[in-house]
This record gives sequence, structure tokens and C-alpha cells, in this order.
Amino acid sequence: MTKVLLRVEGLKKYFPINKGVFNKQVGNVKAVDNVSFDVFEGETLGIVGESGCGKSTAGRLLMRLLEPTEGNIEFAGKKISELSNKEMRKARRDIQMIFQDPYASLNPRHTVGKILEEPLIVHGMGNSAERKKKVLELLQIVGLNEYHIKRYPHQFSGGQRQRIGIARALMTNPRLIIADEPVSALDVSIQAQVLNLMQKLQRELKLTYIFISHDLGVVRHISNRVGVMYLGKLVELTASEDLYAEPLHPYTQALLSSVPVPDPAFEREQLIISGDIPSASNPPSGCSFHTRCPFKKEECSTVIPKMQEVKPGHYVACHLYDEMQH
Amino acid sequence: MRNKLLEVKGLETTFFTDDGQIPAVDNIDFSVHEGEILGIVGESGSGKSVTSLSIMGLIPSPPGKITGGQILLGEKNLAKLTDKQMQKIRGKDVAMIFQEPMTSLNPLFTVGDQLKEAIVIHNPKWSKKKAFARAVEIMKLVGLPRAEELLKDYPHQLSGGMRQRVMIAMALVCDPKVLIADEPTTALDVTIQAQILQLMKDINKRLNTAILLITHDLGVVAETCERVIVMYAGQIVEEAPINEIFNKPLHPYTQGLIKSVPDMRFKKESLYSIPGTVPKPGTIKEGCRFAARCEFAMERCTQETPPLYVASEQHKSRCFLLDEQEVAKRDESVIESGRVEEIFSN
Repeated sequence: MTKVLLRVEGLKKYFPINKGVFNKQVGNVKAVDNVSFDVFEGETLGIVGESGCGKSTAGRLLMRLLEPTEGNIEFAGKKISELSNKEMRKARRDIQMIFQDPYASLNPRHTVGKILEEPLIVHGMGNSAERKKKVLELLQIVGLNEYHIKRYPHQFSGGQRQRIGIARALMTNPRLIIADEPVSALDVSIQAQVLNLMQKLQRELKLTYIFISHDLGVVRHISNRVGVMYLGKLVELTASEDLYAEPLHPYTQALLSSVPVPDPAFEREQLIISGDIPSASNPPSGCSFHTRCPFKKEECSTVIPKMQEVKPGHYVACHLYDEMQH
Repeated sequence: MRNKLLEVKGLETTFFTDDGQIPAVDNIDFSVHEGEILGIVGESGSGKSVTSLSIMGLIPSPPGKITGGQILLGEKNLAKLTDKQMQKIRGKDVAMIFQEPMTSLNPLFTVGDQLKEAIVIHNPKWSKKKAFARAVEIMKLVGLPRAEELLKDYPHQLSGGMRQRVMIAMALVCDPKVLIADEPTTALDVTIQAQILQLMKDINKRLNTAILLITHDLGVVAETCERVIVMYAGQIVEEAPINEIFNKPLHPYTQGLIKSVPDMRFKKESLYSIPGTVPKPGTIKEGCRFAARCEFAMERCTQETPPLYVASEQHKSRCFLLDEQEVAKRDESVIESGRVEEIFSN
């Protein structure tokens, strides 16, 4: 059995809604609501969902860029949800993040050399010469050249900038990388280059990825296991092949059948769900998907379904599978 | 063959900037036929959006200008019309929907006001009541519930999917013959995207409106279009019916593009990726614009610009691999190498 690198239990993040003259709290946006999962060493866990489902918030909570409202995060046996800010800073050496927009996440006034060196300075790693060597080494690993070191972010194309973002994340030899929509801003031909690079790095450096994306094709390609989120909750979690071959949750089924497939000869029964995603400040009672679900039962509008293991390694939160448990 | 509704001939749109003249669209020809859905695919900077804006007469000028070619809609050449003449055509004969429905609706006016504006401009003699009735009718057509109430709402009160439906309603309100949709679903979530694509297919069938769908997503093209044009660096590199483009792509760029899309139905070991990046418009002056990234590039490719070769009646590709000379040369070399083998076997 592979080792659990990251364990998340009952993670919650509620953002308060304040209103009125006295800025009284009138409610909560339940951005992440009771999410639990494990990440195994060396795997890629994909997290998919539509906008507003809480997937990015979840990623930020794991890095403690946002403080969780409740819940436990355990990384390599250490409870990082209880660390002080100072201790957390040190822990971030092992957990790094790649962001979606390489324009916005690189300082336009710093050269690439400085951008890449900074994490090492922050974590007090190496002397000046060693740091320089490491910067050059990583530039080469991500497919950039030595002479790029003196250039500024605006002198690079989108794909190259994302390579810089990846290099920066790798500077401190992390064990876990949280990639939040790393290829969404890129064109298809460049997207393929970056995905291949990420896979190559994973093999060579034994990295563990949490790959957050809205693109099911990309997630399918890169992930070993996939978790599907809807309105702040994890609704299904299983091996990537199982999820695509046999999705169990009605939302996953709808999501998969909505994705356009690049093959005109491919015919399938489309399950187009009507309506929009409800607001996270006022989620539906019971199962949050029941307002759009074609297989709704009576209890769905009152009882919140629990995450249950329906088949080995295949977890789903849906009342349709309640009997299978017993 | 169906009638040509809109014909673009040798269109050239150039941007005059401090860095010199940049040809964003360079000599493109295509036509949109009655009742069809034609797709234009390409990556950013390929000139697909500039093409659609040129047709609509919406190229920001300065710096942009249509510097050559014709855009024929029936008898009229849209490229030569004045702004005033163009206003009569825009929305009536050719209408357009944009990527971001929030920024293309006016936040200060209700949905009803904006819908009725389009009706009144093109039908000044209609009464208020008639215009309102038409607005309600079109809202129902695009599948918006409670049409009467929604007309009183402001754009920010609607969700992204509903806003895009309102945009489509506005575009259809005067029964245009051609609808240009520039990345209509890019800003939307997949489940909403599926709804909007379904709606566009319905409209195409029910009203027989021809649709020019511009997108970067090959999946969207496969699901909606009958014919596709692939653009690269301001040129058309391939044009074919939908089945041929996916089963028998001829241009190396199209082949690479199709291979580099992750397909969720099966896992590929590693994705094919086209090396390098899309060149900036105007940087490549000689030869094939894809040559630097092409795995089949020959010496000739960097010297001459390939024309659009006709492979079959509906299938064209801008690649020297289709040139008869090259085909002949390849055959010859096969024969020659065959002889070599013969000699060796003897």
C-alpha cells in the first residue's frame, strides 16, 4: 500500500456575509463544506468542478493561504492545520503551488533569476553560488535557456511563463505541488507541452500533484484519481478510469456527458441538466444537487448524503447508492 | 450545393501600429452557405476573431483597417460600405454574439430595453406593443422562462448562461440570415455550455439561420459544425467537412492540433505536442508560416508560400505535401529505394 502524504478531514471554509449599518453577519458562503480525502505519495489527484464549486478555495486552504474554518490537514504525519504562521512558512518548503495566470503570479519588476532565487532566500537554502547553480539547473529542467535568467516576465510567451511558474515551485525541492488550473490560460498546442513537462517532472522528481481544473479531458489525462466537487462538497472520488468509465453520481454523469468530444463520429446519450448552479450562500437543503438532479428521490431534499465507499476505492455521496451499502 | 449567403474573397485586414504594419488576416477566402454551421478554429493570434470583426465592420479604426478583398453579402460588398450603411445591415442581415455576455450587455439598461432597441432601430414603424410582443416571443424561443418578467431585469441579475441566451435573443430578434458567434461558450461552465450549444443547433434547424462559429475548442467544433476552417497565423491552412478534418486531416498543423487535445474517453500515455509557439502576426514574411514548427518541413517550405491545394471537392490544405511535384518526387524516391533493395537482395 502506498503511503498517505496528505490527509484532509472535514475541511470547511465559510466566508461571512456582512450587511447593514453595523456590518452584522447575516450568513455564510459555504465555499468548502466538509471535504475529506487522502493524497497518496507519488500520485496525481485531480479535482474537477465548475466555477464556484470551491476547488480553488480548497487548494488555497491546503497551503494555508486561507485559514480553514474547521477541519484537519495532515501532511507527512504533521498536522499543518495547527501550525503557527511561522512554522507554516517553513512547512511551505515541502508544499508549493502553481497558479493559473502566469501573468499575474510573476512579479513584473523582477528578472527570472530573481523570481526563481527568492524561494531559496526565503527558506535560507544555500549560499549565493549554490543558489545560482540551482536556478540554472531548474531553468534547464523546465526547458528554458541560461540566457533567460536576465529577462523579465513580459518578454516571455504564456507557455514559457508557465514554465517559469513551474520552475519556481520546484526550487525548494517540494514533495507536494498544488496546481490550480495551470494550463487553462494556454492554447492547446502549448497546453500539451506543459502537461507533458509536468508528467516528466513527476516521474523524475517523484512529485505528488493535486491538479485542480475545470477541464475534464485534461484531468483525465494527468490524474490517477479524480475528485468531483459541487457547491463546496466532494460528491465523488475514485480512480480516473473508473470515474470516466462508470460515473456513479448523477452530477458526474451530467458533467461528463456535457463535455464536447473532439470526434464527430462519437455518438452518445447526452444528459443535459437544466438550470444553473445554485448560490453557495444559500445552498439547497439536503443533497445540494437535488434541484437539478434527474433521479431525485424524496429524502434527497432533506437528508445530506454521506460519502460512502460503494466499490473498493470508489466513493460517492448520493442517496441512490444507499441500499448498496447495506 | 446550397446557395452562398456570405462570401469572403481575398480579405486582408491590417493593423497600423508603431511597430509597423501587422497583417492580422492575410488573403483569406471562404463562404458561408445557407443554413449551415461553419466553424473557424485556431489558437490565439490566428486571426479568427479579426475575420469575424471584419465581416461585421467592427474592426477598431485606427489602428485596424480592411486593406483588401471583398465581403459579399448578396449584392453588397460589406468591406466598402460606410458606417451608416453598415448599421442597417448589422443586426438585421448579419448579427453577432460575443464571448463575454456580461461586458457586451449594457449594465444600465434592462434586458427589455436592449432587446427592443434592436427591434426599433430596424423596424422604426412598429408600435411599442408590437415590439414588446416580439421581444417576448424571441425570449421564449431561446428558452428563457418567465419572459415578461425577465425583460424588466438588469443584466447583473441574470446568471452567465441566461445572459448568453439574452445575447442570442438580441442577435436573432430581426431574423438575420447569418449569425456570427465568436467563442460563445468559452466563458461558460461545461454543463451550461452544453445547453447553449444545443440551443444554437436548434436555432439553426428551426430558423435555418446560417451560423459562423468561431472557437478554439475542437470538441465544440466536432459537436456542432458541418464544415471547418482551420486558421494559423492569419491564414486559412485547411478547410474540410467535419468528418474529414478529424479522420483525414491533411495539414501538419491540423494533425498536431488534433493529436494534442486530451480526450477524456481514453488515456494517452503522453500527449503529442507541437514544438515552439505561435509566431507573432507579421513576423514570418517568407515561406509557410508553420514551417518552423513542422516535422515534415522541406527546404522549399521556408522559401515559398504554399497555396491552398485542392485535395477533393470540399477539402483544401495549404501544404506543399499536397503538391503534385512533391507527391511525384516521393513516389520516385520510393521506387528508387525499391531498386536499391532489389540490388541488395540479388
